[in-house]
Amino acid sequence: MAPVVRFRSAVALLGRFPALAGVDLEVGAGEVVLLQGANGAGKTTLLRACAGLVQVVSGQAEVLGHDLLRDRRTVRRSVGLLGHTGTLYDDLSVEDNVRFAVRAGGGDVAAVKPAMARLGVDGRLRTISVARLSAGQRRRVAIAALAARAPALWLLDEPHAGLDAEGRDLLDGLVRSAVTAGATVLLASHEAERASALAGRTAVIGGGRVLQRDAVHVA
Amino acid sequence: MWRDAMLVAGKDLRIEARSRVATNQVAPFAIVILVLFGFALDPDRGVLGRASAGLFWVAVLLSSLLAVQRSFAVEAGDGAADGLRLSGLDPAGVFLGKAAAVAAQLALLQVVLAIGIVVLYDADLGGPVLLVATCAAATVGLAAAGTVYGVLAAGLKVRETLLPLLLLPVVAPVLLSATRAWEAGMGISVDDGWRWAQLLAVFAVVYVTLGVLAFGALLEES
Repeated sequence: MAPVVRFRSAVALLGRFPALAGVDLEVGAGEVVLLQGANGAGKTTLLRACAGLVQVVSGQAEVLGHDLLRDRRTVRRSVGLLGHTGTLYDDLSVEDNVRFAVRAGGGDVAAVKPAMARLGVDGRLRTISVARLSAGQRRRVAIAALAARAPALWLLDEPHAGLDAEGRDLLDGLVRSAVTAGATVLLASHEAERASALAGRTAVIGGGRVLQRDAVHVA
Repeated sequence: MWRDAMLVAGKDLRIEARSRVATNQVAPFAIVILVLFGFALDPDRGVLGRASAGLFWVAVLLSSLLAVQRSFAVEAGDGAADGLRLSGLDPAGVFLGKAAAVAAQLALLQVVLAIGIVVLYDADLGGPVLLVATCAAATVGLAAAGTVYGVLAAGLKVRETLLPLLLLPVVAPVLLSATRAWEAGMGISVDDGWRWAQLLAVFAVVYVTLGVLAFGALLEES
């Protein structure tokens, strides 16, 4: 089976700075891979490159069979990125935000309410503007939108940040459910213990390169 | 493309309905412009009447800047622009949706301003067919050009000051043509107003085409 993510000597520039300076990484279907590294190592850029938001300018970069050097737009409907910001509209309600994300991604709107219920942003929160929510609640809404879209590749950048203990457990459960359903997950986290429990292996990144990519976790 | 356009237009109009920026800020701003023109030219109500078409379109133009800025400001918060790119929506659909939402707001604004010039300037809105046709063509042109230049400025830190600088010279032909067409429609001049309306239609077609073709590349760079 072809890998879901396949980067070979991939280079991506932020301005003139090579944020990815020759990345080699392969992620198979159904894998959960943890990206670790210091601040500025290139973890976020790698996730954004996988989502087609950062242009890979040389080397090879394929995600879900799409060649990102030739076309980085088509892959976007099949990936879900949970970044540092939540990609939410402040003036829309919780439900409208999740519904828009699902409809824009071509997903099934029947998944909206179950995802909101699972993340605990239904009931009285359903019709509230996102601007009025706490940071943790906003994070939950963004995760609900991601879960409702059910992408084939989950790209999670510090996914536990801003969540309370219950929220973190919910997120971990969602990731495990998604993998069981056939999704692949690439996550970057500084919370090594919790993230390692989710991931099958770790890729260590530094200076825009993968320094070590096969550190297998023993569950 | 049309499905995506409907989705984006619905989202933008829902945001405006909930935030009420258009009704509580943009429309009052437009009325304030009319009132200020009234103060400036008050000693001679004849001048106000004769200039009412031009003053109407200046007010529409300045208010359209706010509507376009608002349309892209909602995409700038909390990484929403990433969300728009990541959604996989057809860029042409995004352009048409955002332009349609701006156009809907401008159309409502023009109704308010038309009432304003009748009440404040004693303007006579005879020839309603030409006036409405002019409004339709000018609105599409303004919304399309505004959306093209709005996304161009969206990613820049100086977008609030850059957008007027980019957009106002580009839409100067709209101001000229729409004013001439309205003057003809209102019986202030004897020009052939329909020729000016045709020019507005050409402007609208050019910018809608440009937006459909170029918006994807502009969105990637914003």
